[in-house]
Order: sequence, then C-alpha cells, then structure tokens
Amino acid sequence: MKTDELINLLSQDSAVRFRFGQALAVALLAGVLLAGLFFFAAMGFRPDIYAALESLRFIFKLVVTLALFLAASNLMVQIGRPGARLQWPAVTLVLVPLLLVGAVVAELAAVPSARWGAQMIGRNAHECLSLIPLLSIGPLSAFILALRQGAPQHPGRAGAVAGLAAGGLAAAFYASNCTDDSPLFVALWYTLAIGIVTGAGYLAGKRWLTW
Amino acid sequence: MKDLAREEQWSAWMRAAIGGDTHAYHRFLSSVAPHLRTMARRRCAQFGAPASEAEDIVQEVLLSIHLKRGTWDSSRPIAPWISTIIRNKLIDSLRRRGRHIDVPLDDVIAVLQVDEQAQAQERLDVDRILKTLKEPQRTIVQAISVEGSSVRETAGRVNMTEGAVRVALHRALKALLLTYREPMT
Repeated sequence: MKTDELINLLSQDSAVRFRFGQALAVALLAGVLLAGLFFFAAMGFRPDIYAALESLRFIFKLVVTLALFLAASNLMVQIGRPGARLQWPAVTLVLVPLLLVGAVVAELAAVPSARWGAQMIGRNAHECLSLIPLLSIGPLSAFILALRQGAPQHPGRAGAVAGLAAGGLAAAFYASNCTDDSPLFVALWYTLAIGIVTGAGYLAGKRWLTW
Repeated sequence: MKDLAREEQWSAWMRAAIGGDTHAYHRFLSSVAPHLRTMARRRCAQFGAPASEAEDIVQEVLLSIHLKRGTWDSSRPIAPWISTIIRNKLIDSLRRRGRHIDVPLDDVIAVLQVDEQAQAQERLDVDRILKTLKEPQRTIVQAISVEGSSVRETAGRVNMTEGAVRVALHRALKALLLTYREPMT
C-alpha cells in the first residue's frame, strides 16, 4: 500500500467519537459508583460512625486515603497523554506517603511503646487485606479500560498508577467501615492492601496498555 | 520561524479533523508524513537497512498517531504530543525489526522543523493487507485507499449506512496496525 493510500484511508476516519479525557472522566465516575455500590451492599459504615467522626485518627484515615485517590487520579489523567508534563502530579503523589509518615511519628509520640504492637496489628487485618483489593476490582477495571484509549510511554507504570488510584478509592470506603484507627495499623495493613492492588495494576498495564 | 507557523497549522488541521473534517485531516497527515520519512530513513541508513523498510515504519507511525489522536488535549501545543508519539513508535518499530536504539526527543523535534521532501515508496503490497481483512472491510478499504472514494460513496456501493462504513473502517484500521507488527516474510 502506498503511504498516500493509507492517508486516504485514515483521513476518512477523521472524527473522534470518544476522547481520552471523556473516557477517563467516565471511568472515574464509574469507579466511584462501582466501589460505592459494593461497599454499601456488602459492608456499610461502622456502627459508631458519628462518634468516630469526632476522632482525629479516624478523620486522618479518610484524609490520607482520599489524598491518595485524588493524587493518583491526577497523575492517571495525564500519564496516558504523550508529551504531558508529569512532574507536578508525581510530586503530589509522593506527598501522600509523607503525610502517613508524619501521622505515624505523631502516633508513636502519643502512645506508650508497650501498645505500639497491639495498635499496629489491630483486629481487622484480614478484612483490610481482602476487602480493599475486592473493593478496588471495579474501579481498577474501569481505569484500565479507559487507559486503553491512552498512549502511556510505560504501560506497566501507568497500570500501577491506576492501581494506586483504585486502591486509594477502595481504602477510603473501607476506612469508614474499619474500626482500627491507629496510623500504625494504616501504615502496615492499608499499605500492604494498596500495594497488592498496585501490583495487580502494574501487571494489567503490562498486559493491556501497550499500544 | 517556520516551525511555529507549522505547529499552528497542524493544530488547526487536527482540531478540524477531530471534529470530522476529512480534508483538514488529509492535509495534516500529508504534511506529517515527509518528516516521518526523513527520520525513518535516517535511522534505517544507520543500520544499513533498506529504505523500503523505512516506509513501513512511516505507515506504522501514521497509524499509531491516528489511533491515539484522542489523547491530544487540543488546548495544548501539538508539537510535544506528536514528537513523543513519533519517538516512542519509532523506537518500538525499530526494535521489532531487531534494531535496538534510543531516539532522542530533540532529534524528532529538530526533524519536524525542517523542510524535507523525500519521495514515498510503495510498501506492504496491497493484496497482502487486503487479504488479512474480511468483507465488507476489504471492499471498503480498497475503495477508500486505492480509489480515493469517500465514506459516503463507499456506503452507497456496499449498501451500508455511512455510520456502519465508519465503524467498519475504524475496525479495519485497528486490524491493519497488527498487520504492520507481524514479522516481515
């Protein structure tokens, strides 16, 4: 085929029906809805939710998980665009673990060292490790599907960022069900659970985001 | 400065294209192709590969730009976007042909700014490509590419709606990209 003939062919397919930005917006909305539906159908808020809202530790769990969701989503909407500047979104994302480290330091100062172990192990480690990945299946699928419209330079990394966004979203929902509020618990188990989702996102990216 | 004017022109054409202006899109692709050809030939010459291989690369990169055009944020400049796609696909395409190389982004940008008109060569014989497609995609692709028909004319000929022809064409283009990626026989 001559290149001119190929150009004839391509130009007849000029219109774009579904732009990448729209695909991502739909995926973010779908992700929140999917995780939300699953959460309220299978778990729901913890019984003492109103009392918990007065606890700084509980509020922090919501803040740090939502911050992860927002920062990772912000990077995700850029990572599939060739030539987009990723520095600032990436820096914002790195601030999230720093937030967690700060809370851990504050907790270590506030709680006697004899109770550190018990606070960290908590009572809901199994639920945390299984429910966060389960809650993130819907959002992660939606994000990967949307990113397939994109053109990420590093497919694995793009998938991992989608995993962080999905994991952050799932963790935010789960946090309002979980009764372990210590930052020590969050730093260990939430990080592990979100790490699992991020790893799954990385593999999904390698598999489905090459273009 | 020529390149600023060119970038404006490319952006304007691409914006119109995304809205469905086939003529603007034709001009855009025809304007990008010679630059791709220069880059691809230069790389092929570096490896002692035939210039005919370069034309395959040109076509593959054009298809990639086409299939990913929805990722361009039309409020942003088009140059960083297209240079990055070209660079990544150039590397991919060369790598698939067993030539490992890094292409600096600055090289791509530099060639996009130069006026060079290398003549196209025919590559990938049409029969082989058409054989990989099923009907009615085959008739549609042949009518539009070789005979230069529009979607409307083709729709009349194959007795389909314009929308259905557009969908078939889009699927055929996705399939085509895979054909380029098969090892050369």
